[in-house]
Amino acid sequence: MTTRFASVDELLRQLDEGTLTSTELTESCLSLIRDHDSQTNAFLRSDADAALQQAAAVDADRKAGRPVGPLAGIPVALKDVLCTKGTPTTCGSRMLENFVPPYDATVVRRLRDAGCVFVGKTNMDEFAMGSSNENSAFGPVRNPWNLQCSPGGSSGGSAVAVAAGYSPLAVGSDTGGSIRQPASFCGVVGMKPTYGRVSRYGLVAYASSLDQIGPFAGDVRGAARLLQAMAGHDPADSTSVDQPVPDFLAEIDQPFSSLTIGSVPEYYIEGLDDDVREATEKAIDVFRSLGATVRDVSLPHARYAVATYYVIGPAEASSNLARYDGIHYGHRADDFENMIDLYAASRGEAFGAEVKRRIMIGTYTLSAGYYDAYYLKALKVRRLIRQDFDAAFGEVDLIVGPVVPTPAFGIGELINDPLAMYLSDYYTIPLNLAGLPGISIPAGQAASGLPIGLQLIGPAFEEARLLRAARMFETATDWHSLRPAFAQ
Amino acid sequence: MTQNYTIEYTVIIGLDVHLQLLTKSKLFCGCANLFNPDHPNVQTCPVCLGLPGALPVMNRHAVELSVKTGLALNCDISSFSKWDRKQYYYPDLPKAYQISQFDLPLNHDGWVDIVTDPESGETRRIRILRAHLEEDAGKNLHDETGRGRDRRVDLNRCGTPLLEIVTEPDLRSAAEAKSLLEELRLLLTDLEVSDCNMQEGSLRCDANVNLHVHTDDGHSIPTPIVEIKNLNSFRAVEAAIEFEVARQAEQFAKTGKKLGDVPKETRGWDDGRKATFGQRGKEEASDYRYFPDPDLVPVIVSQELQDELRATLCESPGDRRRRFMAAYELSHYDASVIVGQGKDFAEYFEAVARDCQDGKLAANWVTQDVLRESHERHVTIDKFPVRAEVLGSLLSQIQKERITTKSGREVFQQLLEDAEAGTAVTPDRVESIIAERGLEIVNDSDQVLSVIDAVLARNAKIVEDVRGGKAAAAGPLIGQVMKELKGADPKTVRELILSRITEG
Repeated sequence: MTTRFASVDELLRQLDEGTLTSTELTESCLSLIRDHDSQTNAFLRSDADAALQQAAAVDADRKAGRPVGPLAGIPVALKDVLCTKGTPTTCGSRMLENFVPPYDATVVRRLRDAGCVFVGKTNMDEFAMGSSNENSAFGPVRNPWNLQCSPGGSSGGSAVAVAAGYSPLAVGSDTGGSIRQPASFCGVVGMKPTYGRVSRYGLVAYASSLDQIGPFAGDVRGAARLLQAMAGHDPADSTSVDQPVPDFLAEIDQPFSSLTIGSVPEYYIEGLDDDVREATEKAIDVFRSLGATVRDVSLPHARYAVATYYVIGPAEASSNLARYDGIHYGHRADDFENMIDLYAASRGEAFGAEVKRRIMIGTYTLSAGYYDAYYLKALKVRRLIRQDFDAAFGEVDLIVGPVVPTPAFGIGELINDPLAMYLSDYYTIPLNLAGLPGISIPAGQAASGLPIGLQLIGPAFEEARLLRAARMFETATDWHSLRPAFAQ
Repeated sequence: MTQNYTIEYTVIIGLDVHLQLLTKSKLFCGCANLFNPDHPNVQTCPVCLGLPGALPVMNRHAVELSVKTGLALNCDISSFSKWDRKQYYYPDLPKAYQISQFDLPLNHDGWVDIVTDPESGETRRIRILRAHLEEDAGKNLHDETGRGRDRRVDLNRCGTPLLEIVTEPDLRSAAEAKSLLEELRLLLTDLEVSDCNMQEGSLRCDANVNLHVHTDDGHSIPTPIVEIKNLNSFRAVEAAIEFEVARQAEQFAKTGKKLGDVPKETRGWDDGRKATFGQRGKEEASDYRYFPDPDLVPVIVSQELQDELRATLCESPGDRRRRFMAAYELSHYDASVIVGQGKDFAEYFEAVARDCQDGKLAANWVTQDVLRESHERHVTIDKFPVRAEVLGSLLSQIQKERITTKSGREVFQQLLEDAEAGTAVTPDRVESIIAERGLEIVNDSDQVLSVIDAVLARNAKIVEDVRGGKAAAAGPLIGQVMKELKGADPKTVRELILSRITEG
């Protein structure tokens, strides 16, 4: 049988029964990447030898009856923003093209401990800045549903790794929709956990107060398993929250007998694509048919979220990326006159246009005389956005709505229109600002054949509730079983 | 007020003092906090190297030492403070920002009393604006111009906890600035907060200096403020400020430029030339773009922690000086000298004073003999071979007039020689030296007179001379008597000899 697109549950069952070895599974993934990824460009690096070694070790453990981790032998693709000891971690940038971290990110270490096999590092928008994956220094990723379309970003490579069936699981990071938007564009499950749920140690920072690592999978249970392996307090990350992690799988298959979901009238904006609107409404009907009560909730400040994000995100980015100065590691210009020139030339040469744009915005908004008007004001609006959600979750268990206003757009379509591109994150950004968990699940198909996602939003640390509701929807629908023609 | 270049002015000085804290590990990572210039870049990890993805975790102990210092400096302690990023590019700063505290420092609004005149014991209160915690940068080696390609950076120091104490501009002379540093060094080494070693850079000081020039109509004009950096000894602080005061007075007399006419200037100190010099390129106003560090959570200092830390404070140097003056009847000067040597020395003095029951006698000995001998041996008081109980026992013999001061010094020298020879230096040894050398004062006048008579008999020629009016000729006679009567008081012996000769 083919393991491509098999669920993680199914793969684990076969591995445990001995009808499949991790080596076979890993070889299959590696050959798919080798044979097909030249068309999609999802992987920046795939180290077959290292992956097969990991797989063989797991196989040996299983064979010998030694205890193995909860994801033993399961291939996982890692977004190239996660530090992997001894393996280059480029962040999609010329700046770090040759940077080899001397340490593993906490998440990478936890996944190693869980028995995962790392099949490769995935392509991304440079330093996770972008919504189309066109900002990668190593070429855009292409959407397997339509190779002329963007897979979304910034975790486009990880979304495609799962959508094209290269890998059953992938890890991404989400600062302003960077997991959920590509999940929606590629028809897979993608989740941003609560801020603080997953350690950021070893995640190369874009915007520290917004960044969060999360899972991609072909189904909700797979995402739950991957999140389970990554979540939990880490003493090395002061912002990771010391809260017990529930068993996400424990009740995931029990539908809620009573569930109140919120629908947000402010979401139905002018730029919302008709197919997306229809899919969202139908999805809400599905929940209704499953016994959920639907109630309107207001998020009056949601429309300021994109503007707020583009003050806070770049401000933090301008600071986080200042360390790439050509002195200690990373790209250094060949020709420079003096120290200042060394900084300017190295950064000027190695950063792409979007990264430079955000560094300049951030530097400006933190400058003396502008700090109060921009940064401080943005923090205040951020608080209002959070309060909107707090009020809403006083009335409903979950909020349901679109992930992105449109299905995947064409490569090159928005790249010269940054403002239009930024609006692609209209529905996802508020969660990052509020620190809330959100999941994108397949929930429809546009007339063009492109997938459409549905976003479920929950209160902080209620990932279990989100996953259970998402699973409830998934069980009642078939959208998650659709496959791109590319994969046939 | 000082007279110079025919203008009158008041000197205005504020200090920024940076102290490296005595924690085991660095401020935001587990690397060792040690001065280690011979092995560059060995005390580093992804966090203090500022590698992509690494995150800081606050060292609780550094906060505790900072709060302890704040309490000792009579500061208000912030129950809520936070971390901010101070952003600038420099090769010794691998993250291109320093984690510091901007608008909510851990400690603020304190004071410290400094001794402005050791003779009279006069003190003045210097206000502390703030004392905040931050991470130290690394160290650029060789030239810092960035020209060429072969510059080196040592990041061992990167991330060392640094407490920055900022005073109000309350200091009025170079001597007061030095006095403040001395007071801080005493206080903070006593508290074991920092070893305050300027050579190794664990105490560093920048001085902000300007003058308020007095006009005939009773107003005053401030001269431009100059920040002097790279001051790496107490002497340099004093000399640099003195130089800068004279330079600013001269400049004002020449140009009349006042505060605001020119941007704040940063000047370095050239210890060889004994002059400050303008540091090019640093005159532009810096915009550090401070903002709260999103990688760290706010610092909460509870009342319980404050109380706990307050209980660990020891007596301040000022309190100790006052107590010594009252309890041991010391002069301001002696109290200052003793307390100025640090807590261990003060405790040594107290033990000696207790044992010999005479504070003044103990003060004389420790400030002269003990200080001189320990300096000569380059040892601190805890390594000084004559322990307090031994000196106390020796001084009590002097105090009881059992031996003379001169004999006391002889015993003291012998004890030091014993120590060098490896003999145990104990109070018993004091007794045995007195006995061996017959140093006990002889009060039996018959015995004294019989020795004198014997000596006079042997020296008829000298006796004649003395009788003839040359009293000074009696010297050798006194010497001979003393040689036989070690414990005798030379003054008494001299009087007895003279009267014996005149009588005869």
